[in-house]
Amino acid sequence: MKSDATSMLNDKGLAPMQKSKNNGVWARFFRQWDYQLMILPSIAFIIVFSYIPMWGVMISFKDYNLFTGFSASPWVGFTHFKMFFESPEFWTIMRNTLAISLLKLAFAFPAPIILALMLNEIRNMAFKRVVQTVTYIPHFISWVVVSGLVFSMLAADNGPVNDVLLQFNLIKEPINWLSIPEYFWGILVSVGVWKEIGFGSIVYLAAIAGIDPALYEAAAMDGANRIKQIFLITIPSITPVIIIFLILGIGNILNAGFEDILLMTKNLTNGIVMPYAEVIDTYVYQMGIMNQRFSYATAAGLFKSIISVTLLFIANGIARKLGKASLW
Amino acid sequence: MKLNFSDKVLQVIIYFVLILLSFITFYPFWNSLVMSFNVGSDTSLGGVTFWPRAFTLENYQIVFKEKQIFTAYGVTIARTLIGTFVSMFFTSLFAYALSKKGIVFKKGYMIICIVTMYFSGGLIPYFILVYNLHLYNTFTFLIIHGMVNVYNMIIFRTFFAELPDGLEESARIDGCSNFGVFFKIVLPISGPVVATLGLFTAVGLWNDWFTPAVFISDQNLIPLQTLLVQIVNAGTTASLIQNLNTYAQSAVQNSVTVKALQMATMMVATLPILFIYPFLQKYFVKGALVGSLKE
Repeated sequence: MKSDATSMLNDKGLAPMQKSKNNGVWARFFRQWDYQLMILPSIAFIIVFSYIPMWGVMISFKDYNLFTGFSASPWVGFTHFKMFFESPEFWTIMRNTLAISLLKLAFAFPAPIILALMLNEIRNMAFKRVVQTVTYIPHFISWVVVSGLVFSMLAADNGPVNDVLLQFNLIKEPINWLSIPEYFWGILVSVGVWKEIGFGSIVYLAAIAGIDPALYEAAAMDGANRIKQIFLITIPSITPVIIIFLILGIGNILNAGFEDILLMTKNLTNGIVMPYAEVIDTYVYQMGIMNQRFSYATAAGLFKSIISVTLLFIANGIARKLGKASLW
Repeated sequence: MKLNFSDKVLQVIIYFVLILLSFITFYPFWNSLVMSFNVGSDTSLGGVTFWPRAFTLENYQIVFKEKQIFTAYGVTIARTLIGTFVSMFFTSLFAYALSKKGIVFKKGYMIICIVTMYFSGGLIPYFILVYNLHLYNTFTFLIIHGMVNVYNMIIFRTFFAELPDGLEESARIDGCSNFGVFFKIVLPISGPVVATLGLFTAVGLWNDWFTPAVFISDQNLIPLQTLLVQIVNAGTTASLIQNLNTYAQSAVQNSVTVKALQMATMMVATLPILFIYPFLQKYFVKGALVGSLKE
């Protein structure tokens, strides 16, 4: 690590006061020992807790066992990857992962934008503040509590959702929402929107606040009503911000969710919704932590990371080509 | 501004949607709070909505008498306070040094940090590392997990880099060391940033149930949120109900339900967050913006 860093700094000649001689670098290093002392614990921490696990993905090419250790475990090549791709659950998991994250991208991504656009139309500041205060709250509530609220709201006996639907005669008898596999995606995505819509809107509200008011005045002069102004001024003005978040969203496409799925399926011990709920991350957890199949689970996780990073680069490349905002 | 007809229609629709959204957001919390103050057997008859029909404190009495919940609460509070302090301490020092000009290996340090924002080894190699370091099932691990947060470091660094040099110079002329300058001059004027990042870190630690669920097996080291998972999933509440025999008279037993206890425990785990929420709100808009626009 260190020799790499040294040579890199020497190439760039990052020594403003001194000639970049090798001993000069170390002399400066020890002269600024107190600054280096502030840095080193954190760098050591990152190397140990982030880089060793990165190297640790090598166990996906081995038959790792906690007790024999890394070096004593035999190499097995791509066996675990092959096993994962050929396992009967592979296509179900891929379908769920892609379907859930695409649904989240389709609903949870635009929802905060729409909320921000609506909040921007509100002239009554007190009302606006109340709506903001209330809708930000769920972001700060743990998924554990949120899942508890979901169970309570959707309960078959006296759950408010069933009560309301019965009241309006939309259903004949209470539905046990969480035990019907086909409803799981919808519930998961709705809860996701519910939890993050308010907090997600903050960024877009800030972007909207930066728009020059003269643009609206000019548009009003030309006879554009509010709806026209939203589509012709507000949305185009915040497009760069939207694109950045869209790129991040595409990079996250295999992160269909983890805590939410885990918690919303956890009390259903019969696993009835699992054919619709199992995604790569929950599968890695199940196989690795629960079943202790470390190498196999790491292979599944590594497969996911590689695709995620590739997608992020592709999305960023496309955005860059289009000449709009990009991440780097 | 004058509104024409289509604008008025738009306003009405928007007000309607926003009121509905606020209600949908607020009601689950309120309803759970109401149920936690309602006699359990009465709640199960249905129809308890906006106000307790048969008010009682017995659900909370039972929850607070249960030793395990008490222990878990202690773990959560200790982890949140110590963990936030440790994380802020190391991350801010790290960021401060990296905000200085002419730091040897600075570019290398930054690359080491930024790579971790895009790549990670994933859960299983991390688990194996923690196991091999003998940190499995220790309180120490609950503190140091995520101790150095690269996003927070970058936000701190941006803030420190914008501070005027003159402030620090005068202290240095007075004979302050670099550590002295940081703790006596820089940190005190960085209140808003420390508060923002500190509050977000604290909320994250308070709400974290997953890390302890994976890395802690000792029931006495489990924080409240992780215990709550067990309770919401009805496993532990059954034993809570059994424990009532020791606490209460038979009249109370018949009126308490698993659901009422779940609600009370959920509220106990949530109310502290709702109490600090007004303080959070002052800072979190800033936090949300720097957090998402740092690139």
